[in-house]
Amino acid sequence: MKLAQRNYYGKALTELAKTRRDVVVLDADIAKSTKTSEFQKIAPDRFIEVGIAEQNMIGVASGLAISGKTVFVSTFAVFATGRCWEQIRLAVAYPKNNVKIVSTHAGISVGEDGASHQGLEDISIMRSIPNMVVISPADAYEAYSATLALAEYKGPCYMRLGRGVFPIVTEEGVKFNIGKAKVLREGKDITLIGTGQLVSTCLDAADVLKARGINAEVINVSTIKPLDTKCIKDSVSKTRCVVTAEEHSIIGGLGSAVAEFLLGELFVPLIRIGTNDTFGESGRAEDLMKKYGLTIENIVKAAEISIFKKNYGEAK
Amino acid sequence: MDVEKIQRIANILRLHVIEMTVAASSGHPGGSLSAADIVAVLYFRVMRHDCKNPVWADRDRFILSKGHAAPVLYAALAEAGYFPVDDLKTLRQLGSNLQGHPVYKKIPGVEASTGSLGQGLSIACGIALAGKIDTKNYKVYCMLGDGELQSGQNWEAAMLASNYNLNNLVAIVDRNRLQICGDTEEIMAIDPLPEKWLSFGWNVIESDGHNINKIIAAFENVKTFRTGPTVIIFNTVKGKGVSFMENNAEFHGKVCNKDEYARALTELKRLI
Ligand SMILES: Cc1ncc(C[n+]2csc(CCOP(=O)(O)OP(=O)(O)O)c2C)c(N)n1
Ligand SMILES: [Mg+2]
Repeated sequence: MKLAQRNYYGKALTELAKTRRDVVVLDADIAKSTKTSEFQKIAPDRFIEVGIAEQNMIGVASGLAISGKTVFVSTFAVFATGRCWEQIRLAVAYPKNNVKIVSTHAGISVGEDGASHQGLEDISIMRSIPNMVVISPADAYEAYSATLALAEYKGPCYMRLGRGVFPIVTEEGVKFNIGKAKVLREGKDITLIGTGQLVSTCLDAADVLKARGINAEVINVSTIKPLDTKCIKDSVSKTRCVVTAEEHSIIGGLGSAVAEFLLGELFVPLIRIGTNDTFGESGRAEDLMKKYGLTIENIVKAAEISIFKKNYGEAK
Repeated sequence: MDVEKIQRIANILRLHVIEMTVAASSGHPGGSLSAADIVAVLYFRVMRHDCKNPVWADRDRFILSKGHAAPVLYAALAEAGYFPVDDLKTLRQLGSNLQGHPVYKKIPGVEASTGSLGQGLSIACGIALAGKIDTKNYKVYCMLGDGELQSGQNWEAAMLASNYNLNNLVAIVDRNRLQICGDTEEIMAIDPLPEKWLSFGWNVIESDGHNINKIIAAFENVKTFRTGPTVIIFNTVKGKGVSFMENNAEFHGKVCNKDEYARALTELKRLI
């Protein structure tokens, strides 16, 4: 089954509109795409349209948060993080204001709109800001539960969601624990660490590896910051080699976060799957995922190389 | 080129817009159609440019700040001879030069990468400043969406343009009164618009963006101003030329289904 994360974000906001009087939602002329329009339907008095003005939106969110509101702001990932990075840094993160930046249309699977609209650096630039929590749910169910968790949490958060439909890999109705990764499949030979829709790709890769006699452990890291270092360390101590996979640049994303942690903890081979320091382009989502190497085959290949390195050292 | 021919070309651009976006199953027809007459006048009457030499140092420049209207820009460039008209049907496909939003250096005739709203006027200011430094005579035309004007960067650029007396810069507002979520005045009011530009030190012209004669006259009028940057606010209709798309915010980023496509083609072919 495949579902769109943003639809479940909209559903969770509907829930919050009914149960939480303190929740205010801000939009920058894109509510139907981000699904914040669902909140608007129920609580129009707590829905604020700022127009095409993302930087202003962050400042306004900050002011509302200072005044006791729990604020959700949403637009596309590139605009939500890139356009207003310094506003986020100073007016949201530094004073630990209760603002939830939830972006949609993250990653290359945005498709036809092309590079200008494909957020491939958002995790990186959000993760580098102190106090910022960074969440990247694996599927629509997790997007739903994470939204409710964000509303509970006091402080600045960034959550990225996709545009298209992603395979369901988690159970519906499970509470989301910020900062907790989850082992979805146990294995002893290699650890595959995924985030976003690449978690499902990791699970598929694990199936392929299984047929080749390799038992891969698969971890869903849906909170990239703070990273669940215990979960990762427990797994990698056992498997001694790693592949990370994300629909994001290999610079500064999940792969970097895992590498930064492992460096100096465990000396193990690690291969990062992600976009390779490049912009995207226009095309169908599936074709782009393939062209930019975000595939089952690439994870399998990386896993085999990683295992080889574990067993035989550098060469190959 | 004479008025009748330009009118015909404008409608050919509209036809391309519909065909391209349907072939791509995505893209932004509404804001492309509202801009078609203005873009046709620019490329086929007003601007000095040479499709054989897209980087000619003395050419006039056109920056499409509202980059989502790429289809109408690509159609104009193709009709003007920058690349084969046949390429238009590759819009938004993997491997095509014709990206969803304009990309500088990838597409001949495209002067800046746009698609993130609110940035084009600043780029246009830079090109106009360079023209001053190099004592060139070229003009820089920058097309802005009316919703796009909500973005503060426009007004930073507007302030700079008059401060540096950029009389080689012409901003064009496609005042179709709609953005994605509806009426600009309900989403985030930008009126009174002429007064805003005036107070930023700009010369202001208002005109009908669908009357070729009036569009030409508006650009002619720019020459009467010796100093300062000029903005032309063109009153337009989003989706212009296709009855069911006109003034319909839904067709901002939605393409025709099969029936609509047939109707749109019939309507537009009647105009050509
Ligand atoms: C910075 C930024 N924010 C949001 C968007 C998404 N977006 C694309 S088009 C559009 C509406 C534009 O309306 P307008 O400027 O009036 O253009 P037109 O009506 O001419 O199509 C929006 C919000 C964007 N491209 N860039
Ligand atoms: Mg408009």
